[in-house]
Amino acid sequence: MARVIGVDIPNNKRLEIALTYIYGVGRPTSARVCEELELDPGLKAGDLTEEQATLIANHLQKNYAVEGTLRRGIAGNISRLRDIGCYRGARHRRGLPVRGQRTRTNARTRKGPKKTVAGKKSVKGMK
Amino acid sequence: MGRSVKKGPYVDPKLQRRITRGEGKSSPIKTWSRRSTITPEFIGLSFGVHNGRQHLKVFVTEDMVGHKLGEFAHTRVFRGHTNKKEAEKKGDAPSE
Repeated sequence: MARVIGVDIPNNKRLEIALTYIYGVGRPTSARVCEELELDPGLKAGDLTEEQATLIANHLQKNYAVEGTLRRGIAGNISRLRDIGCYRGARHRRGLPVRGQRTRTNARTRKGPKKTVAGKKSVKGMK
Repeated sequence: MGRSVKKGPYVDPKLQRRITRGEGKSSPIKTWSRRSTITPEFIGLSFGVHNGRQHLKVFVTEDMVGHKLGEFAHTRVFRGHTNKKEAEKKGDAPSE
């Protein structure tokens, strides 16, 4: 199987799709990369030659933020918010939604699995 | 939706005047204008940002540029939810 940028091993799908297995590459980026390198987007990823794989890897790392770089960038943005003591940083620290969503119900993505509190009235019961 | 770039960042005119005058270096500039954007001019100055009750001291660093003053003065006090034992002592169910 082809290896592009370290551990990412896209399987035997079309190149256009296989590239989206890389963190930071979606369909639009994938399509653009194929175009820029003049590679056939329909080519199976497994059929990539060694040179082509290296070409893609170099191109991605040079022109796009992917994988480690991107992850580090995002983590950096969040830690900046945490450090300056602003409201958004506080929300990140507490693991609550950052963009003003309701937290009385829902917000499960940020808050994680439900923790039942004894004696708490249900939302229905409050109406 | 963000603010139009054409207009530039919003800073309360009164606050802007005090900054231009060179205040905020020795003692914080007390302000109620939480909606003012922090511009690069603000760096190194301190502000007393009103949170509805008192002015909280905010020292502006480079990283804070682009945020609003209000983001640094929290308006709510959350001391945690009452747990079961405390609620029984008070003699009523924890109310939300």
